[in-house]
Amino acid sequence: MLLVENVKKSYREPDGSNLAILDIPRLAVDAGEQVVIRGRSGGGKTTLLNAIAGLTMVDAGRIALNGTDVTRIPEVGRDRFRARHIGFVFQTFNLLAGFSALENVMLGMTFTGQPRDSKRAVGLLERVGLGHRLSHKPAALSVGEQQRVAVARALVNRPVLLLADEPTANIDPMHQQQVIDLLREVCRDENVAMLLVTHADEVSNQFERVEHLENLNRVAA
Amino acid sequence: MPFWKIAWRNIEQRALASSLTALSMALGVAVMIAVIVIHSVAVRQFEQDAQGYNLIVGGKGGALQLVLSTVYYLGQPLYPIPYSYYEKFIDGGEFADLTEVAVPECLGDSYVAPNGELFRVVGTTPDLFDKIHYGNNPDGTPKVYEFQPGGRNLKNALPLREEAFGQAAFEAVVGSVAAARSGLRVGDKINPTHGLGGEGHKHDAFTIVGVLKPTGTANDRAVFINIEGFYLLEGHALSGHEEHEAAGHAEEAAHEHEHEHEHEHHEPLPLDQREVTSILVLCKSALGPTVLDTAINKGEGHIAQAVAPIREVTRLMDGIVGPIRLLLLVLTVLIVIVAAISILVSIYNSMSERSHDIAVMRALGASRSAVMNIVLVESILLSLGGGLLGVLLAHGMIGLASPYVEARTGVTLGWLQFDWQEIVLIPALVVLASLVGFLPAVSAYRTDVAKALAGSR
Repeated sequence: MLLVENVKKSYREPDGSNLAILDIPRLAVDAGEQVVIRGRSGGGKTTLLNAIAGLTMVDAGRIALNGTDVTRIPEVGRDRFRARHIGFVFQTFNLLAGFSALENVMLGMTFTGQPRDSKRAVGLLERVGLGHRLSHKPAALSVGEQQRVAVARALVNRPVLLLADEPTANIDPMHQQQVIDLLREVCRDENVAMLLVTHADEVSNQFERVEHLENLNRVAA
Repeated sequence: MPFWKIAWRNIEQRALASSLTALSMALGVAVMIAVIVIHSVAVRQFEQDAQGYNLIVGGKGGALQLVLSTVYYLGQPLYPIPYSYYEKFIDGGEFADLTEVAVPECLGDSYVAPNGELFRVVGTTPDLFDKIHYGNNPDGTPKVYEFQPGGRNLKNALPLREEAFGQAAFEAVVGSVAAARSGLRVGDKINPTHGLGGEGHKHDAFTIVGVLKPTGTANDRAVFINIEGFYLLEGHALSGHEEHEAAGHAEEAAHEHEHEHEHEHHEPLPLDQREVTSILVLCKSALGPTVLDTAINKGEGHIAQAVAPIREVTRLMDGIVGPIRLLLLVLTVLIVIVAAISILVSIYNSMSERSHDIAVMRALGASRSAVMNIVLVESILLSLGGGLLGVLLAHGMIGLASPYVEARTGVTLGWLQFDWQEIVLIPALVVLASLVGFLPAVSAYRTDVAKALAGSR
């Protein structure tokens, strides 16, 4: 389903030298599979997720999602592809402050180019236990509720892959488990593959497949 | 979610800054609309006032001065012409064949209301209200002068006949604004004052027999007296005849002492001593004005001039009022541009704090052009919102000022008085908003998503 092959990414330093970030010979994720990637801070975890989502262009290699090489799609098509096939859950939730919970979820549908399905958005919010908070803005929601809205937003377009970047980093331990449970359960129900980046043992210990970035990424090794 | 809703949420997020920028746009647009509407009303008003007749015939001098003093009762009247000139237009006179209606007007007196307000007094005949129309109704029919309930027109008093120095001669009709502001009603008596300044001696009393319904013309602000009564008043003999009067009319001199209240004893003013300030001429045919214009303005030893009022009004509008309006419009356009720049500054300054939101939308699949369009829509919403507020503000102000302006000038300013040029404002504002929104939109377009998302950690 997801295949990352020979992907390389480096940044140019102010002094003109190249700083290598990624050099990943291979990473494959099957449909519906849930994979954790662990690694030290600054090891390129977020860059890898951004590269898979097409937000960061790689220097070389291939990133194929359901057979489509993301690196070969022109930018406009890549944005549309991302909207339809990839869901994103961020460390800081990244809900838009001026929008209600429902609007934040509906925002995820705005850029797919397909008809908006408000029933789906409401259904997902009910699914994550926020059916009674549809019109609440993020500031009126608890941290755990905000993250649940973010989960609903990431899944609203029925993606094939969910990218979760440290989704529990800003949550207290009690809510951490709720979010992980929710992510795993919803992804399983919706048959969505999940690639979750974390540095927390208590999170990674719950997954069957855990990849260490040091093993995946030659630069981090 | 439609782009306009996303843009609207962004506006709501910065409610204070958005409101202030929209308000500045509203004020600019309000001033612009006020200039447009007031100008168009003024032009319409000027043109309407000058309708109903083809020519004004008056003494030699400035053509514009003749029109302004005769039609709008503004400025000093020109030197009068002999009454005999008026007779050329009536009863088989030289120009009678070309003339449908000729209405003489004698200016130079005024009426000082109890509150000190000054109104022009016009000596004229009933024909002014019976045979002259002012403008047209929406259905194309001519507007005719009407009197408020209980009132009537002046009576026709033929020169030198008995009725010309009886009660009928001392009747007056008052314009609606003059009546409202001075409190005059049918049956009241007024004493016109000699001269336009209101400081001359008081003439005999005239009885008000009618109050005109509002016409929206300068006639609303005037007082009309029977021309025969005018000729019975002191100081209204033909210029240069004073010596003749002093020598030959001993009885008239005697009457001078008592005329203040007892006008019944006046002697009629012989026709050869009479003058008129101007004559409103409605021609029988379309060719009439041209023929009369040539005959009066280019004839041998001509002593009068004929002026087409519409032509002079157009000249005034094009030559003086138009450029002033253009200058005001340029100033208001500058105000609107400054308001638009404030929108640019407001949105642009917010871009750094919004780069995170933009990055999130990009991560959710928004293309660069989508986030650019959202910013442009935001700029357009602010400009259009401010513009529409300005339209309401302008028309609200016009509506509020309307009773005051109408009472002072007779000009009707309806708050729903729209001008077609206002419609042009809408696309113009969209274009302006797109221009000023372009810079922040490009900034949104260039947002580095990975960097902005990393910055939010």
